[in-house]
Amino acid sequence: MAIETAVASSVSGTVSPAATARNWRKARRRIAAFGWAALSIGLFALIWEALWYVGKINPLLLPPPHLFLQDIPGTLIFFDRSNRVGSVASGGGVGALGITMFWTVFRVFTGLALGFVSGVAVGAALHYIRWLRNLLMPTVLLLAPISPVAWLPVAIFVFGIGDVPAIFLVFITVFFTIVLSTSAQIESVPVNYIHVARIMGATQTQLFWRVILPAILPSLFMTLRLNLFGAWMVVLIAETVGVGTGLGQIISMARATFNAKLVFFTMAVIGALGFLSDWGLRQIQRRMLWWVAPQRGGL
Amino acid sequence: MARPAVSIRNVGKTWDVEGRPPLRAIDDLSFDVAPGEFVVLLGPSGCGKSSLLYMIAGLESVSNGVIEDDGLAISGPSPERGLIFQEASLFPWLTILDNVAFGLAIRAELPERRREKAREILRRVGLGDALDKKPDELSGGMRQRAAFARALVMQPRVLMMDEPFAALDVQTRAKLQDFLLQIWQDSRASVLLVTHSIDEAISLADRVIVFTARPGRVKAIVPIDLPRPRPTRSPRYHEYRDYFTELLAAEVDKAFAEQSGL
Repeated sequence: MAIETAVASSVSGTVSPAATARNWRKARRRIAAFGWAALSIGLFALIWEALWYVGKINPLLLPPPHLFLQDIPGTLIFFDRSNRVGSVASGGGVGALGITMFWTVFRVFTGLALGFVSGVAVGAALHYIRWLRNLLMPTVLLLAPISPVAWLPVAIFVFGIGDVPAIFLVFITVFFTIVLSTSAQIESVPVNYIHVARIMGATQTQLFWRVILPAILPSLFMTLRLNLFGAWMVVLIAETVGVGTGLGQIISMARATFNAKLVFFTMAVIGALGFLSDWGLRQIQRRMLWWVAPQRGGL
Repeated sequence: MARPAVSIRNVGKTWDVEGRPPLRAIDDLSFDVAPGEFVVLLGPSGCGKSSLLYMIAGLESVSNGVIEDDGLAISGPSPERGLIFQEASLFPWLTILDNVAFGLAIRAELPERRREKAREILRRVGLGDALDKKPDELSGGMRQRAAFARALVMQPRVLMMDEPFAALDVQTRAKLQDFLLQIWQDSRASVLLVTHSIDEAISLADRVIVFTARPGRVKAIVPIDLPRPRPTRSPRYHEYRDYFTELLAAEVDKAFAEQSGL
Protein backbone atom coordinates (compact mmCIF):
# COMPACT_ATOMS: atom_id res chain seq x y z
CA MET A 1 0.00 0.00 0.00
CA ALA A 2 2.75 2.42 1.01
CA ILE A 3 4.58 1.67 -2.20
CA GLU A 4 1.48 2.31 -4.27
CA THR A 5 0.97 5.74 -2.71
CA ALA A 6 4.60 6.61 -3.27
CA VAL A 7 4.34 5.67 -6.94
CA ALA A 8 1.09 7.58 -7.33
CA SER A 9 2.53 10.76 -5.83
CA SER A 10 5.60 10.65 -8.03
CA VAL A 11 3.39 10.26 -11.10
CA SER A 12 0.98 13.03 -10.17
CA GLY A 13 3.72 15.47 -9.03
CA THR A 14 4.17 18.20 -11.65
CA VAL A 15 7.96 18.46 -11.96
CA SER A 16 9.84 15.51 -10.59
CA PRO A 17 13.64 15.68 -10.38
CA ALA A 18 13.84 12.87 -12.93
CA ALA A 19 11.85 14.88 -15.47
CA THR A 20 14.04 17.94 -14.92
CA ALA A 21 17.15 15.87 -15.47
CA ARG A 22 15.64 14.42 -18.63
CA ASN A 23 14.78 17.86 -20.00
CA TRP A 24 18.27 19.08 -19.24
CA ARG A 25 19.82 16.10 -21.02
CA LYS A 26 17.56 16.75 -24.01
CA ALA A 27 18.52 20.44 -24.14
CA ARG A 28 22.20 19.54 -23.92
CA ARG A 29 21.87 17.06 -26.77
CA ARG A 30 20.20 19.71 -28.88
CA ILE A 31 22.88 22.31 -28.19
CA ALA A 32 25.55 19.75 -29.01
CA ALA A 33 23.84 18.85 -32.31
CA PHE A 34 23.60 22.53 -33.21
CA GLY A 35 27.23 23.06 -32.32
CA TRP A 36 28.40 20.22 -34.54
CA ALA A 37 26.25 21.53 -37.43
CA ALA A 38 27.76 25.01 -37.07
CA LEU A 39 31.26 23.54 -36.89
CA SER A 40 30.70 21.39 -39.97
CA ILE A 41 29.37 24.22 -42.13
CA GLY A 42 31.87 26.71 -40.69
CA LEU A 43 34.80 24.44 -41.51
CA PHE A 44 33.56 23.97 -45.08
CA ALA A 45 33.26 27.75 -45.57
CA LEU A 46 36.62 28.34 -43.89
CA ILE A 47 38.50 26.00 -46.23
CA TRP A 48 36.82 27.66 -49.20
CA GLU A 49 37.75 31.14 -47.92
CA ALA A 50 41.31 30.01 -47.16
CA LEU A 51 41.78 28.65 -50.68
CA TRP A 52 40.58 31.99 -52.03
CA TYR A 53 42.85 33.89 -49.62
CA VAL A 54 45.98 32.07 -50.75
CA GLY A 55 44.90 32.59 -54.35
CA LYS A 56 44.28 28.96 -55.22
CA ILE A 57 40.78 29.59 -56.62
CA ASN A 58 39.51 32.26 -58.98
CA PRO A 59 36.78 34.40 -57.31
CA LEU A 60 35.13 34.94 -60.69
CA LEU A 61 34.45 31.20 -61.02
CA LEU A 62 34.19 30.05 -57.38
CA PRO A 63 33.46 33.14 -55.27
CA PRO A 64 33.73 32.21 -51.55
CA PRO A 65 30.74 32.88 -49.22
CA HIS A 66 31.74 36.38 -48.12
CA LEU A 67 31.78 37.49 -51.76
CA PHE A 68 28.45 36.01 -52.88
CA LEU A 69 26.73 37.06 -49.67
CA GLN A 70 28.20 40.60 -49.50
CA ASP A 71 25.88 42.30 -51.98
CA ILE A 72 22.53 40.68 -51.39
CA PRO A 73 20.41 43.62 -52.63
CA GLY A 74 22.51 43.64 -55.81
CA THR A 75 21.95 39.91 -56.22
CA LEU A 76 18.24 40.15 -55.60
CA ILE A 77 17.82 42.47 -58.59
CA PHE A 78 17.83 39.35 -60.74
CA PHE A 79 14.76 37.87 -59.04
CA ASP A 80 11.33 38.57 -60.43
CA ARG A 81 8.07 39.17 -58.64
CA SER A 82 5.83 37.65 -61.28
CA ASN A 83 5.55 34.00 -62.17
CA ARG A 84 5.39 34.85 -65.87
CA VAL A 85 7.55 33.04 -68.33
CA GLY A 86 10.33 35.14 -69.83
CA SER A 87 9.45 38.33 -67.96
CA VAL A 88 12.39 40.67 -67.49
CA ALA A 89 13.60 40.80 -63.90
CA SER A 90 11.72 43.60 -62.20
CA GLY A 91 14.49 44.34 -59.72
CA GLY A 92 12.57 42.59 -57.06
CA GLY A 93 14.33 42.56 -53.68
CA VAL A 94 13.44 40.25 -50.82
CA GLY A 95 9.79 39.95 -51.87
CA ALA A 96 10.83 38.71 -55.30
CA LEU A 97 13.18 36.19 -53.73
CA GLY A 98 10.32 34.98 -51.56
CA ILE A 99 7.96 34.67 -54.52
CA THR A 100 10.53 32.76 -56.57
CA MET A 101 11.19 30.41 -53.67
CA PHE A 102 7.49 29.94 -53.12
CA TRP A 103 6.85 28.80 -56.68
CA THR A 104 9.67 26.28 -56.65
CA VAL A 105 8.61 24.88 -53.27
CA PHE A 106 5.01 24.82 -54.44
CA ARG A 107 5.95 22.72 -57.48
CA VAL A 108 7.96 20.30 -55.36
CA PHE A 109 5.26 19.73 -52.78
CA THR A 110 2.34 19.62 -55.20
CA GLY A 111 4.18 17.01 -57.25
CA LEU A 112 5.11 15.01 -54.15
CA ALA A 113 1.59 15.07 -52.74
CA LEU A 114 -0.03 14.07 -56.06
CA GLY A 115 2.57 11.36 -56.65
CA PHE A 116 2.24 9.97 -53.13
CA VAL A 117 -1.55 9.83 -53.00
CA SER A 118 -2.05 8.45 -56.49
CA GLY A 119 0.93 6.10 -56.07
CA VAL A 120 -0.62 4.55 -52.96
CA ALA A 121 -4.02 4.34 -54.67
CA VAL A 122 -2.66 2.70 -57.82
CA GLY A 123 -0.33 0.41 -55.82
CA ALA A 124 -3.21 -0.78 -53.66
CA ALA A 125 -5.43 -1.30 -56.71
CA LEU A 126 -2.68 -3.35 -58.35
CA HIS A 127 -2.43 -5.47 -55.23
CA TYR A 128 -6.13 -6.16 -54.83
CA ILE A 129 -7.35 -6.45 -58.43
CA ARG A 130 -5.70 -9.45 -60.03
CA TRP A 131 -6.51 -8.67 -63.69
CA LEU A 132 -5.47 -5.04 -63.29
CA ARG A 133 -2.17 -6.22 -61.86
CA ASN A 134 -1.61 -8.59 -64.77
CA LEU A 135 -2.55 -5.86 -67.20
CA LEU A 136 -0.57 -2.94 -65.79
CA MET A 137 2.40 -4.38 -63.88
CA PRO A 138 4.59 -5.04 -66.97
CA THR A 139 4.11 -1.45 -68.14
CA VAL A 140 4.82 -0.07 -64.67
CA LEU A 141 8.02 -2.12 -64.49
CA LEU A 142 9.01 -0.85 -67.93
CA LEU A 143 8.38 2.82 -67.11
CA ALA A 144 9.69 2.84 -63.53
CA PRO A 145 13.43 2.81 -64.31
CA ILE A 146 13.22 5.67 -66.85
CA SER A 147 14.85 8.75 -65.36
CA PRO A 148 12.34 11.55 -64.72
CA VAL A 149 14.60 13.87 -66.71
CA ALA A 150 13.88 11.79 -69.79
CA TRP A 151 10.21 12.63 -69.33
CA LEU A 152 10.94 16.35 -69.67
CA PRO A 153 10.34 16.66 -73.44
CA VAL A 154 7.17 14.61 -73.07
CA ALA A 155 6.00 16.88 -70.27
CA ILE A 156 6.56 19.96 -72.43
CA PHE A 157 4.93 18.40 -75.52
CA VAL A 158 1.85 17.49 -73.53
CA PHE A 159 1.51 20.29 -71.01
CA GLY A 160 3.33 23.17 -72.73
CA ILE A 161 5.52 25.70 -70.94
CA GLY A 162 4.41 26.50 -67.38
CA ASP A 163 3.98 25.02 -63.92
CA VAL A 164 2.48 21.74 -65.00
CA PRO A 165 5.53 20.09 -66.61
CA ALA A 166 7.61 20.78 -63.48
CA ILE A 167 4.91 19.35 -61.20
CA PHE A 168 4.55 16.42 -63.56
CA LEU A 169 8.26 15.66 -63.37
CA VAL A 170 8.23 15.64 -59.57
CA PHE A 171 5.14 13.45 -59.76
CA ILE A 172 6.97 10.96 -61.97
CA THR A 173 9.93 10.93 -59.59
CA VAL A 174 7.85 9.53 -56.75
CA PHE A 175 4.87 7.90 -58.47
CA PHE A 176 6.37 4.65 -59.76
CA THR A 177 8.49 4.09 -56.66
CA ILE A 178 5.46 4.53 -54.43
CA VAL A 179 3.32 2.24 -56.63
CA LEU A 180 5.87 -0.56 -56.45
CA SER A 181 6.62 -0.09 -52.79
CA THR A 182 2.91 0.03 -51.84
CA SER A 183 2.30 -3.23 -53.63
CA ALA A 184 5.30 -4.84 -51.93
CA GLN A 185 4.51 -3.45 -48.48
CA ILE A 186 0.93 -4.72 -48.51
CA GLU A 187 2.34 -8.22 -49.06
CA SER A 188 4.50 -7.92 -45.98
CA VAL A 189 1.85 -6.74 -43.50
CA PRO A 190 2.01 -9.28 -40.62
CA VAL A 191 -0.67 -11.88 -41.29
CA ASN A 192 -1.78 -11.85 -37.64
CA TYR A 193 -2.85 -8.20 -37.96
CA ILE A 194 -5.20 -9.30 -40.72
CA HIS A 195 -6.39 -12.30 -38.69
CA VAL A 196 -7.18 -10.07 -35.72
CA ALA A 197 -9.19 -7.67 -37.86
CA ARG A 198 -11.07 -10.50 -39.58
CA ILE A 199 -11.98 -12.13 -36.26
CA MET A 200 -13.29 -8.78 -35.04
CA GLY A 201 -15.55 -8.75 -38.08
CA ALA A 202 -13.82 -6.07 -40.18
CA THR A 203 -15.03 -5.68 -43.77
CA GLN A 204 -12.49 -5.46 -46.61
CA THR A 205 -12.81 -1.66 -46.58
CA GLN A 206 -12.32 -1.43 -42.82
CA LEU A 207 -9.39 -3.82 -43.10
CA PHE A 208 -7.71 -1.54 -45.64
CA TRP A 209 -8.25 1.81 -43.91
CA ARG A 210 -7.77 0.66 -40.32
CA VAL A 211 -5.07 -2.00 -40.64
CA ILE A 212 -3.32 -2.20 -44.02
CA LEU A 213 -2.86 1.52 -44.57
CA PRO A 214 -1.51 2.37 -41.09
CA ALA A 215 0.73 -0.68 -41.27
CA ILE A 216 2.37 0.36 -44.57
CA LEU A 217 2.35 4.15 -44.13
CA PRO A 218 5.62 4.49 -42.17
CA SER A 219 7.77 2.77 -44.79
CA LEU A 220 5.94 4.56 -47.63
CA PHE A 221 6.63 7.87 -45.97
CA MET A 222 10.28 6.87 -45.65
CA THR A 223 10.32 6.16 -49.40
CA LEU A 224 8.82 9.60 -49.97
CA ARG A 225 11.50 11.25 -47.87
CA LEU A 226 14.29 9.41 -49.68
CA ASN A 227 12.88 10.71 -52.96
CA LEU A 228 12.62 14.30 -51.76
CA PHE A 229 16.12 15.21 -52.92
CA GLY A 230 15.40 13.59 -56.27
CA ALA A 231 12.32 15.79 -56.51
CA TRP A 232 14.43 18.87 -55.82
CA MET A 233 16.89 17.92 -58.56
CA VAL A 234 14.15 17.36 -61.07
CA VAL A 235 12.23 20.54 -60.35
CA LEU A 236 15.32 22.68 -61.00
CA ILE A 237 15.91 20.99 -64.34
CA ALA A 238 12.26 21.42 -65.25
CA GLU A 239 12.36 25.10 -64.30
CA THR A 240 15.46 25.64 -66.38
CA VAL A 241 13.95 24.13 -69.48
CA GLY A 242 10.22 23.80 -69.28
CA VAL A 243 8.89 26.49 -66.97
CA GLY A 244 10.94 29.61 -67.33
CA THR A 245 10.52 30.79 -63.75
CA GLY A 246 11.72 29.74 -60.32
CA LEU A 247 15.10 29.04 -58.79
CA GLY A 248 16.14 26.71 -61.59
CA GLN A 249 15.57 29.46 -64.13
CA ILE A 250 17.66 31.90 -62.04
CA ILE A 251 20.56 29.41 -62.00
CA SER A 252 20.27 28.94 -65.72
CA MET A 253 20.22 32.69 -66.35
CA ALA A 254 23.19 33.16 -64.02
CA ARG A 255 25.12 30.59 -66.00
CA ALA A 256 24.21 32.27 -69.28
CA THR A 257 25.32 35.69 -67.99
CA PHE A 258 28.42 34.30 -66.26
CA ASN A 259 27.25 35.56 -62.86
CA ALA A 260 29.05 33.22 -60.45
CA LYS A 261 27.90 35.16 -57.39
CA LEU A 262 24.27 34.70 -58.37
CA VAL A 263 24.90 31.00 -59.01
CA PHE A 264 26.30 30.40 -55.55
CA PHE A 265 23.74 32.60 -53.83
CA THR A 266 20.93 30.64 -55.46
CA MET A 267 22.66 27.36 -54.63
CA ALA A 268 22.79 28.40 -50.98
CA VAL A 269 19.07 29.20 -51.10
CA ILE A 270 18.33 25.82 -52.70
CA GLY A 271 20.43 24.02 -50.09
CA ALA A 272 18.59 25.75 -47.26
CA LEU A 273 15.19 25.03 -48.82
CA GLY A 274 16.07 21.37 -49.39
CA PHE A 275 17.10 21.04 -45.77
CA LEU A 276 13.98 22.82 -44.55
CA SER A 277 11.64 20.72 -46.68
CA ASP A 278 13.19 17.52 -45.31
CA TRP A 279 12.75 18.96 -41.82
CA GLY A 280 9.13 19.75 -42.70
CA LEU A 281 8.48 16.18 -43.84
CA ARG A 282 10.08 14.95 -40.64
CA GLN A 283 7.67 17.07 -38.64
CA ILE A 284 4.73 15.69 -40.61
CA GLN A 285 6.05 12.21 -39.94
CA ARG A 286 6.30 12.90 -36.21
CA ARG A 287 2.75 14.22 -36.02
CA MET A 288 1.01 11.73 -38.29
CA LEU A 289 3.11 8.61 -37.69
CA TRP A 290 3.60 9.14 -33.98
CA TRP A 291 3.99 5.45 -33.22
CA VAL A 292 7.17 5.05 -35.24
CA ALA A 293 10.02 5.12 -32.74
CA PRO A 294 12.60 7.80 -33.55
CA GLN A 295 15.39 5.26 -33.92
CA ARG A 296 13.42 3.20 -36.44
CA GLY A 297 12.86 5.12 -39.65
CA GLY A 298 12.88 8.30 -37.61
CA LEU A 299 16.00 10.45 -37.74
CA MET B 1 -26.15 -33.06 -21.58
CA ALA B 2 -25.75 -29.49 -22.77
CA ARG B 3 -24.95 -28.82 -26.41
CA PRO B 4 -21.16 -28.68 -26.94
CA ALA B 5 -19.64 -25.23 -27.45
CA VAL B 6 -17.51 -26.58 -30.28
CA SER B 7 -18.04 -29.87 -32.01
CA ILE B 8 -15.42 -31.27 -34.36
CA ARG B 9 -16.74 -34.06 -36.61
CA ASN B 10 -14.43 -36.13 -38.84
CA VAL B 11 -12.38 -33.08 -39.72
CA GLY B 12 -9.51 -33.38 -42.19
CA LYS B 13 -7.16 -30.77 -43.65
CA THR B 14 -5.02 -31.21 -46.74
CA TRP B 15 -2.61 -28.50 -47.86
CA ASP B 16 -2.38 -28.18 -51.61
CA VAL B 17 0.79 -26.34 -52.52
CA GLU B 18 1.47 -25.99 -56.21
CA GLY B 19 4.24 -28.24 -57.48
CA ARG B 20 4.26 -30.48 -54.40
CA PRO B 21 2.30 -33.56 -53.42
CA PRO B 22 -0.75 -32.68 -51.30
CA LEU B 23 0.11 -32.70 -47.60
CA ARG B 24 -2.36 -34.24 -45.17
CA ALA B 25 -2.05 -32.18 -41.99
CA ILE B 26 -5.11 -33.48 -40.12
CA ASP B 27 -7.02 -36.70 -40.65
CA ASP B 28 -10.44 -37.69 -39.38
CA LEU B 29 -10.43 -35.74 -36.15
CA SER B 30 -13.44 -35.78 -33.83
CA PHE B 31 -14.01 -34.38 -30.36
CA ASP B 32 -16.29 -31.97 -28.50
CA VAL B 33 -15.58 -29.03 -26.25
CA ALA B 34 -18.14 -28.44 -23.51
CA PRO B 35 -19.25 -24.91 -22.60
CA GLY B 36 -16.79 -23.48 -20.07
CA GLU B 37 -14.35 -26.32 -20.51
CA PHE B 38 -10.57 -25.85 -20.63
CA VAL B 39 -9.13 -28.08 -23.34
CA VAL B 40 -5.43 -28.29 -24.14
CA LEU B 41 -4.26 -29.62 -27.50
CA LEU B 42 -0.89 -31.30 -27.01
CA GLY B 43 1.25 -32.77 -29.74
CA PRO B 44 4.58 -32.77 -31.57
CA SER B 45 5.25 -29.77 -33.82
CA GLY B 46 3.72 -30.01 -37.26
CA CYS B 47 0.86 -32.25 -36.11
CA GLY B 48 -1.78 -29.77 -37.29
CA LYS B 49 -2.98 -28.57 -33.89
CA SER B 50 -2.52 -24.91 -34.87
CA SER B 51 -4.27 -25.54 -38.19
CA LEU B 52 -7.21 -26.90 -36.21
CA LEU B 53 -7.42 -23.65 -34.20
CA TYR B 54 -7.37 -21.58 -37.39
CA MET B 55 -10.19 -23.73 -38.78
CA ILE B 56 -12.27 -23.33 -35.62
CA ALA B 57 -11.58 -19.59 -35.78
CA GLY B 58 -12.94 -19.65 -39.33
CA LEU B 59 -9.73 -18.30 -40.86
CA GLU B 60 -9.04 -21.55 -42.73
CA SER B 61 -11.53 -23.87 -44.38
CA VAL B 62 -11.82 -27.56 -43.54
CA SER B 63 -11.03 -30.07 -46.31
CA ASN B 64 -13.32 -32.79 -44.90
CA GLY B 65 -15.88 -33.03 -42.15
CA VAL B 66 -17.54 -30.22 -40.27
CA ILE B 67 -16.87 -27.97 -37.29
CA GLU B 68 -19.94 -26.76 -35.42
CA ASP B 69 -20.03 -23.75 -33.16
CA ASP B 70 -22.98 -24.08 -30.77
CA GLY B 71 -24.69 -26.38 -33.25
CA LEU B 72 -24.06 -24.31 -36.40
CA ALA B 73 -21.43 -25.13 -39.02
CA ILE B 74 -18.66 -22.51 -39.03
CA SER B 75 -18.60 -20.42 -42.19
CA GLY B 76 -16.19 -17.61 -41.27
CA PRO B 77 -14.45 -15.77 -38.44
CA SER B 78 -16.45 -14.27 -35.58
CA PRO B 79 -15.61 -12.27 -32.44
CA GLU B 80 -17.46 -15.02 -30.53
CA ARG B 81 -14.43 -17.21 -31.21
CA GLY B 82 -11.41 -15.19 -30.13
CA LEU B 83 -7.88 -16.20 -31.10
CA ILE B 84 -4.66 -15.28 -29.30
CA PHE B 85 -1.28 -15.82 -30.94
CA GLN B 86 2.22 -16.48 -29.70
CA GLU B 87 2.99 -12.83 -30.44
CA ALA B 88 0.58 -10.30 -28.96
CA SER B 89 0.15 -8.76 -32.46
CA LEU B 90 -1.12 -5.45 -31.10
CA PHE B 91 -1.36 -2.66 -33.68
CA PRO B 92 1.64 -0.36 -33.09
CA TRP B 93 -0.30 2.67 -34.35
CA LEU B 94 -2.94 2.44 -31.62
CA THR B 95 -2.62 3.00 -27.88
CA ILE B 96 -3.28 0.02 -25.63
CA LEU B 97 -6.77 1.35 -24.95
CA ASP B 98 -7.58 1.76 -28.65
CA ASN B 99 -6.13 -1.66 -29.44
CA VAL B 100 -8.51 -3.24 -26.95
CA ALA B 101 -11.39 -1.12 -28.23
CA PHE B 102 -10.61 -2.02 -31.87
CA GLY B 103 -13.22 -4.77 -32.19
CA LEU B 104 -15.86 -2.54 -30.59
CA ALA B 105 -15.00 0.22 -33.05
CA ILE B 106 -15.44 -2.23 -35.94
CA ARG B 107 -18.81 -3.07 -34.47
CA ALA B 108 -19.52 0.72 -34.52
CA GLU B 109 -20.13 1.11 -30.80
CA LEU B 110 -20.11 4.69 -29.56
CA PRO B 111 -16.64 6.03 -28.69
CA GLU B 112 -17.49 6.77 -25.06
CA ARG B 113 -19.02 3.37 -24.51
CA ARG B 114 -16.21 1.39 -26.09
CA ARG B 115 -13.54 3.30 -24.15
CA GLU B 116 -15.50 2.58 -21.00
CA LYS B 117 -15.61 -1.15 -21.75
CA ALA B 118 -11.97 -1.30 -22.81
CA ARG B 119 -10.87 0.62 -19.70
CA GLU B 120 -12.84 -1.75 -17.50
CA ILE B 121 -11.35 -4.88 -19.03
CA LEU B 122 -7.82 -3.46 -18.99
CA ARG B 123 -8.21 -2.75 -15.29
CA ARG B 124 -9.25 -6.36 -14.83
CA VAL B 125 -6.12 -7.66 -16.54
CA GLY B 126 -3.99 -5.32 -14.44
CA LEU B 127 -3.13 -2.80 -17.16
CA GLY B 128 -5.18 0.09 -15.75
CA ASP B 129 -2.06 2.29 -15.73
CA ALA B 130 -0.99 1.55 -19.29
CA LEU B 131 -4.08 2.76 -21.20
CA ASP B 132 -2.31 5.46 -23.20
CA LYS B 133 0.97 3.62 -23.74
CA LYS B 134 2.19 2.40 -27.11
CA PRO B 135 2.53 -1.38 -27.47
CA ASP B 136 6.35 -0.96 -27.85
CA GLU B 137 6.49 0.56 -24.40
CA LEU B 138 5.19 -2.56 -22.66
CA SER B 139 7.00 -5.77 -21.71
CA GLY B 140 6.20 -9.03 -23.51
CA GLY B 141 4.00 -10.26 -20.66
CA MET B 142 2.06 -7.00 -20.50
CA ARG B 143 1.54 -7.02 -24.26
CA GLN B 144 0.17 -10.56 -24.06
CA ARG B 145 -2.22 -9.47 -21.29
CA ALA B 146 -3.40 -6.64 -23.53
CA ALA B 147 -4.00 -9.21 -26.28
CA PHE B 148 -6.11 -11.22 -23.81
CA ALA B 149 -8.06 -8.05 -23.01
CA ARG B 150 -8.61 -7.38 -26.72
CA ALA B 151 -10.16 -10.84 -27.13
CA LEU B 152 -12.09 -10.75 -23.84
CA VAL B 153 -13.75 -7.40 -24.47
CA MET B 154 -15.72 -9.06 -27.28
CA GLN B 155 -17.13 -11.52 -24.72
CA PRO B 156 -16.20 -14.63 -26.69
CA ARG B 157 -17.79 -17.98 -25.95
CA VAL B 158 -14.67 -19.76 -27.16
CA LEU B 159 -11.18 -18.44 -26.53
CA MET B 160 -8.44 -20.06 -28.59
CA MET B 161 -4.74 -19.69 -27.94
CA ASP B 162 -1.91 -20.75 -30.19
CA GLU B 163 1.08 -21.29 -27.86
CA PRO B 164 0.36 -17.97 -26.11
CA PHE B 165 3.21 -18.27 -23.60
CA ALA B 166 5.93 -19.70 -25.84
CA ALA B 167 7.67 -16.35 -26.39
CA LEU B 168 7.80 -15.44 -22.69
CA ASP B 169 10.41 -16.12 -20.02
CA VAL B 170 9.70 -18.82 -17.41
CA GLN B 171 8.64 -16.52 -14.55
CA THR B 172 6.32 -14.45 -16.73
CA ARG B 173 4.88 -17.63 -18.19
CA ALA B 174 3.96 -19.03 -14.75
CA LYS B 175 2.35 -15.74 -13.76
CA LEU B 176 0.33 -15.53 -16.97
CA GLN B 177 -0.84 -19.13 -16.63
CA ASP B 178 -2.32 -18.33 -13.20
CA PHE B 179 -3.78 -15.19 -14.66
CA LEU B 180 -5.33 -17.13 -17.56
CA LEU B 181 -7.01 -19.58 -15.16
CA GLN B 182 -8.45 -16.64 -13.29
CA ILE B 183 -9.90 -14.88 -16.33
CA TRP B 184 -11.16 -18.22 -17.65
CA GLN B 185 -13.07 -18.82 -14.41
CA ASP B 186 -14.44 -15.25 -14.49
CA SER B 187 -15.56 -15.31 -18.11
CA ARG B 188 -16.86 -18.90 -18.24
CA ALA B 189 -15.73 -19.13 -21.87
CA SER B 190 -14.48 -22.43 -23.28
CA VAL B 191 -10.73 -22.34 -23.78
CA LEU B 192 -8.79 -24.24 -26.43
CA LEU B 193 -5.06 -23.91 -25.89
CA VAL B 194 -2.36 -25.31 -28.16
CA THR B 195 0.99 -26.15 -26.61
CA HIS B 196 3.83 -28.63 -26.83
CA SER B 197 4.64 -28.22 -23.14
CA ILE B 198 3.48 -31.15 -21.03
CA ASP B 199 3.68 -29.11 -17.82
CA GLU B 200 1.52 -26.39 -19.29
CA ALA B 201 -1.05 -28.98 -20.31
CA ILE B 202 -1.21 -30.61 -16.87
CA SER B 203 -1.35 -27.38 -14.89
CA LEU B 204 -4.10 -25.81 -17.00
CA ALA B 205 -6.40 -28.35 -18.63
CA ASP B 206 -9.69 -29.98 -17.73
CA ARG B 207 -8.97 -32.35 -20.59
CA VAL B 208 -5.85 -32.85 -22.68
CA ILE B 209 -6.20 -34.00 -26.27
CA VAL B 210 -2.99 -35.65 -27.42
CA PHE B 211 -2.32 -35.54 -31.16
CA THR B 212 -0.41 -38.04 -33.23
CA ALA B 213 2.38 -36.97 -35.58
CA ARG B 214 1.33 -35.84 -39.06
CA PRO B 215 -1.34 -36.44 -40.23
CA GLY B 216 -2.78 -35.31 -36.89
CA ARG B 217 -5.33 -37.62 -35.27
CA VAL B 218 -6.56 -37.96 -31.73
CA LYS B 219 -4.15 -40.29 -29.96
CA ALA B 220 -5.64 -39.98 -26.47
CA ILE B 221 -8.11 -37.83 -24.57
CA VAL B 222 -6.97 -37.49 -20.97
CA PRO B 223 -9.09 -35.76 -18.30
CA ILE B 224 -6.86 -34.15 -15.67
CA ASP B 225 -8.39 -35.10 -12.38
CA LEU B 226 -6.52 -32.75 -10.06
CA PRO B 227 -7.96 -29.90 -7.99
CA ARG B 228 -6.66 -26.45 -8.89
CA PRO B 229 -4.18 -25.00 -8.05
CA ARG B 230 -2.02 -27.91 -9.05
CA PRO B 231 1.32 -28.17 -7.26
CA THR B 232 3.95 -29.68 -9.55
CA ARG B 233 5.38 -31.74 -6.67
CA SER B 234 2.34 -33.96 -6.08
CA PRO B 235 2.73 -37.68 -7.01
CA ARG B 236 -0.41 -37.58 -9.20
CA TYR B 237 1.11 -34.72 -11.20
CA HIS B 238 4.16 -36.86 -11.84
CA GLU B 239 2.06 -39.80 -12.92
CA TYR B 240 0.39 -37.60 -15.52
CA ARG B 241 3.74 -36.24 -16.54
CA ASP B 242 5.22 -39.69 -17.14
CA TYR B 243 2.12 -40.80 -18.98
CA PHE B 244 2.18 -37.84 -21.39
CA THR B 245 5.93 -38.13 -21.88
CA GLU B 246 5.49 -41.73 -22.94
CA LEU B 247 2.55 -40.91 -25.25
CA LEU B 248 4.46 -38.10 -26.93
CA ALA B 249 7.81 -39.87 -27.20
CA ALA B 250 6.41 -42.37 -29.71
CA GLU B 251 4.90 -39.56 -31.80
CA VAL B 252 8.01 -37.42 -31.74
CA ASP B 253 10.00 -40.43 -32.95
CA LYS B 254 7.53 -40.88 -35.79
CA ALA B 255 7.73 -37.20 -36.71
CA PHE B 256 11.52 -37.42 -36.80
CA ALA B 257 11.45 -40.57 -38.89
CA GLU B 258 9.18 -38.89 -41.42
CA GLN B 259 11.36 -35.80 -41.62
CA SER B 260 14.57 -37.73 -42.17
CA GLY B 261 12.77 -40.01 -44.66
CA LEU B 262 11.90 -37.06 -46.90
